[in-house]
Amino acid sequence: MDNLLLMMAPLFSSKLLLVLFFGTLFGLILGVLPGLGPTTGGALILPFTMTLDPLSAIVLLTSIYCAGTYGGAITAVLINTPGTPAAAATCLDGYPLAQKGEAGRALGMATVSSTVGGIFSVIILVFFAPILAQLAYEFGQPEYFALAIFGLTMLASIGEGSPIKNLIAGAFGILISTVGKDFMTSIDRFTFGINELTEGIGFIPVVVGLFAISEMLTQSTLINQVFNRIALKAIKLPSKDDYKKTWKTILRSSGIGSFIGVLPAEGGTVASLIGYSEAKRFSKKPEEFGKGSIEGIAGAEAANNAATGGAMVPTLALGIPGSATTAVILTGLIIHGVRPGPDLFREQPDFLYGIFGAMLIANVLFFIFGFFGAKIFARITLVPNKILWPMIFAVSVCGTYSLNQSIIDVWIMLFFGVLGFFMRRYGFSVVPVIIGLILGELVEGTLRQSLVIFDGNWLMFFTRPIALTFFILSLIALAFPLIRSKKFKK
Amino acid sequence: MKNVQKQKRANKSLPFFFRDEFKVCLVIILISIALLITTFTFDIVPPILNRGIQPATFPKALLVLIIVITLLIYYLATKNPWKVEKKLPKSFYLTLLSFLIFLVISKTLDFFLAISVLSIFVSYCWGEKRIFYLLLVGIIFPMIVFIFFETILGLRFPPGIITNIYYS
Repeated sequence: MDNLLLMMAPLFSSKLLLVLFFGTLFGLILGVLPGLGPTTGGALILPFTMTLDPLSAIVLLTSIYCAGTYGGAITAVLINTPGTPAAAATCLDGYPLAQKGEAGRALGMATVSSTVGGIFSVIILVFFAPILAQLAYEFGQPEYFALAIFGLTMLASIGEGSPIKNLIAGAFGILISTVGKDFMTSIDRFTFGINELTEGIGFIPVVVGLFAISEMLTQSTLINQVFNRIALKAIKLPSKDDYKKTWKTILRSSGIGSFIGVLPAEGGTVASLIGYSEAKRFSKKPEEFGKGSIEGIAGAEAANNAATGGAMVPTLALGIPGSATTAVILTGLIIHGVRPGPDLFREQPDFLYGIFGAMLIANVLFFIFGFFGAKIFARITLVPNKILWPMIFAVSVCGTYSLNQSIIDVWIMLFFGVLGFFMRRYGFSVVPVIIGLILGELVEGTLRQSLVIFDGNWLMFFTRPIALTFFILSLIALAFPLIRSKKFKK
Repeated sequence: MKNVQKQKRANKSLPFFFRDEFKVCLVIILISIALLITTFTFDIVPPILNRGIQPATFPKALLVLIIVITLLIYYLATKNPWKVEKKLPKSFYLTLLSFLIFLVISKTLDFFLAISVLSIFVSYCWGEKRIFYLLLVGIIFPMIVFIFFETILGLRFPPGIITNIYYS
């Protein structure tokens, strides 16, 4: 009961409501614009959160996350281009349905299923995050090391793109985290005599570079691309018949999305693809999929929004981000002096339940904004790239510079922008780099401290049951793509 | 799907040193080796103070892992070649050039001026010819961003010919 009251706290704070309002609005705009999204937007807005108190800052970031994930559906339905990667599966049926003159119906279903998926996942978050946090009390350094390894291997195996390339990207991310003074001995590593590098490479320049700047370079290769926009008259709530057809799909996809979200595997994107394929598998009319099936839209959208709450579970309970956007949220928590993990649940329940409540409200808010404002948001896609991207560049540069007031950070951002472009071009996902960077210190720190505990004996890791379980799960995660490809060949 | 297979066949017909997989793997391995060599220059903690592993051990292990996985990627790519990527258009190289111009101007003249020049240059190269919009992206918007960061976040931008006028 107390927790329920704490969850309702944002409703009684005009400041938090205002933050939620702007966060949801900003998230929707970011989601609608192809190439941007909650991760880039969150990273860009992070410096501004310094002017807010910790709860408002995280509420702002989480509302951007929830609304941004939904916003991608508007672009997917109307211009056949996913606003966010998580909306890729929505294009498959959303656009064909819009081509049939039923854009309003497609967006109505996307809005309802996204809201249901989002709310479902917040309920999962409220119940499971404290349980996971309770379990984490049993974890020592070796267990955290094994858990971080498990997180990275999961990300590599079921994340986007080739698992083996993802592994390299993850290892590269961890390598970046070793730049600067070694935290145990203060010895310089990879600083090349540059003073600014002794503090290490910041998270924000890397995220903004890998997402915003590399996307700007990608857009520079697409300037002659023509989008076929479908006009939206009005968004329509699903009919009784549509509800009858889709309620099971929405619930199933909400469950799938929440589960996938909990795993560190770029939640939304993978969740929507699995949600979509499961919707097709269970459908009475699978032949309609790809031609404008309302179940296809419901399956993809409920799953990708359900992944938002799921991805927050390990982020808050363990300090292990479940996706790139939650990595940004985790950075926000750290910047504001909040240490995620089991102690957070014991010491600051008001803060945590405030976040849960805010996520719940954000899901309701984007339903309202989406339902009444989809037509206006759709017009945002009309802003030409030749105007939009130079503006994004200006914000990216100032945002990156603002955190440490360092021009080196801007150079790092540009470097990672170019690197990110080529990584994506050759099939290396940039998300594992981000997760690797944020988990790097945890991986190295827990490994070295464990070795001190074990007196340098590596084999002692396998005498700890929880750590051993995570190592076995990591091996299974690595073998999974192999098994999957053999199964497909059969 | 057919297109991807065609692109893969096209890639297989090239000599191995022209293929993307060879070039990408070579770059990764060369950089990793260079960094691996660098790790041998890290200071060593005397045994009496050392707890656990040396500071260079972890990055060394990571770099060896990256090299091994890259070799594995190359081996797999010889069996299943990557598809040939389309050539990058002129606009891409111009955008890349604008980054260089930005670096030079921000270092030598002014940070704000660098943002303005890049914005106008990119917008123009991407096809915007209308003066009002060029001014909007190159002057009005950066000015709003500049003032916003300066007043809301209390940020002080690095000195330069324009920022000095503003601050004085």
